[in-house]
Amino acid sequence: MPHASLISVHSQDDLLTVAGRGAWTSEYADELEQAVDDTVSTYAHPKGVEIDLAAVERMDTFGALLFERLKRSWKDSGIEPQVKGLAPRYTVLIEEMGRTGQEPPPPARRHEAILERFGHETVNVAADAAALLNFVGASVAAMGRVLLRPRSFRFTAMVNQLDRVGFRAVPIIVLITFLIGCILAQQGIFNFRRFGADIYVVDMVGVLVLRELGVLIVAIMIAGRSGSAYTAELGSMRMREEIDALRVMGFDPVEVLVVPRLLALIIALPLLTFIGSMSSLLGAGLVSWGYGGITPEVFLNRLKGAIDMDQFNVGMIKAPFMAATIGIVACLEGLRVGGSAESLGAHTTASVVKAIFLVIVMDGVFAMFFAAIDM
Amino acid sequence: MDARTSTTAEADSHREAIISVHDIVVGFGDRVILNHLDLDVYRGEILGFVGTSGGGKSVLTRTILGLVPKRSGTVEVFGQNLDDLSERERSALERRWGVLFQQGALFSSLTVKQNIQFPLRENLRLSQRLLDEIAYTKIEMVGLKCDVAEKLPSELSGGMIKRAALARSLALDPEILFLDEPTSGLDPIGAGDFDELIRTLQQTLGLTVFMVTHDLDSLHTVCDRIAALADGKVIAQGTIEDMMAQQHPWLRAYFHGTRARAVQGARR
Repeated sequence: MPHASLISVHSQDDLLTVAGRGAWTSEYADELEQAVDDTVSTYAHPKGVEIDLAAVERMDTFGALLFERLKRSWKDSGIEPQVKGLAPRYTVLIEEMGRTGQEPPPPARRHEAILERFGHETVNVAADAAALLNFVGASVAAMGRVLLRPRSFRFTAMVNQLDRVGFRAVPIIVLITFLIGCILAQQGIFNFRRFGADIYVVDMVGVLVLRELGVLIVAIMIAGRSGSAYTAELGSMRMREEIDALRVMGFDPVEVLVVPRLLALIIALPLLTFIGSMSSLLGAGLVSWGYGGITPEVFLNRLKGAIDMDQFNVGMIKAPFMAATIGIVACLEGLRVGGSAESLGAHTTASVVKAIFLVIVMDGVFAMFFAAIDM
Repeated sequence: MDARTSTTAEADSHREAIISVHDIVVGFGDRVILNHLDLDVYRGEILGFVGTSGGGKSVLTRTILGLVPKRSGTVEVFGQNLDDLSERERSALERRWGVLFQQGALFSSLTVKQNIQFPLRENLRLSQRLLDEIAYTKIEMVGLKCDVAEKLPSELSGGMIKRAALARSLALDPEILFLDEPTSGLDPIGAGDFDELIRTLQQTLGLTVFMVTHDLDSLHTVCDRIAALADGKVIAQGTIEDMMAQQHPWLRAYFHGTRARAVQGARR
């Protein structure tokens, strides 16, 4: 026998003596299981079986469970094994094992097949859209109530949120938009130079940053930075039943938690867009000067000619709408978090992905709108 | 042992201390929570640990477990000083204790069965069949039905979570079990069952149990010995009778208050 260190078998006149020895504990459970299975399959139909546990030094649940398996497999074929030598301190454990394991195990959790998942996801997308519209309604209604009773507005909470999503976001926004401005200018000069049109880089950067890129980059950054934070905050509040606590105290969670966050974003995003656009232009100006030899004076003069108030307005008008989208998606996802950590992660991801997707779609719709009204 | 000398104190000195906390100081910032605290837990006993709310009961548990840094003092478990252990020795030692956290701390993204199998998979090489059998056995041992095995923690009630978490803490057949307020949040019947369960498991598996509790019923029914914490020190330890005889004002209030009297009245 290969596992003689744990089980040795002695067969005489169809009477089987199975002697256990050593430590029947978790460390050796793997070997013991093989030994048990080998013994049972080798000696499937003996006339009588005697199991001697006198030499088993230690036993834990693992050993006891495998002992039970050994006993049961012979019992199933109609042989009642005789057990001897069981140390008294293990009798309770063995009895316990005899009691358990009688129930059939439950069916395993079923995983969805690919088509089934596809179907579910499709239904989910529709449900998501409905939930989003619902939530927009709830938020607007809550804001309306706040307007009717201005005293119920949580001003402190909003200022606090404004500090977190606005003021504290300034350094990273400035840095990123500055770098983007630099890259735009460098690429523009590098490619335009071949046509001798370096100076047009100022027009390109000015229009691009003020109309599109400034607001888009900032919105995407904020969706990643603050939208995810909103979702995670509200999600963990939901997991700890804080949202339910608010509700039973007679407060509307949308009014208390969502409205201040939403307003803070709507105020912060245009300001950050302005700061971001300026920082982008600064980056572009510095690179044009250092890399393209366009002096700041020339840059500014050219910029004045290239852009007008409309370009600036187009960018700024979009900002609050994008902010509202990010805020609503983030808060909605937060309030839909279920009980598990995994669900919190899934909804935070969904919040950022959906917010960025909607921001870009919205930018496209605005582009068509502004083209139609000649702005 | 000679019957004439078997007072509690002397009997203790002859028993093997499985956890030995010596001269421990733990604090956060300016606040000192545990102030030169000493405590021994002996092999095979159920020690109930009581103390004021926020008095450092959980802090002591967490200090023994190594989750909270201590300023000075030593913690010996199985006769080994935890500070002297290498990483490997330490993780080998950690396999020999199980912890039931107050809220269960089940992994929320795993099913109950996967939760129980998690330490098994990490530490042992077992066949899938044995893993499943062990999980079902542990689930039944803590008094749950097998069909919870495939449920997620969020689908369980508070009492079931406690039991499932207990099953996970017992997964590797530990020698020491730490319980942080095991009966809090359970109804009296559930709490009584849980006490019974801990007693049964302790006898079945030969466990040593360190139980932080506020439940006077648990203290009366399952604890072999009680230690009381106040002002950062263990102010008294002994059997429930010893505790009742103590003169310390907090202990008198605790063991002779209205709730305590109700428990005693019910016991008579």
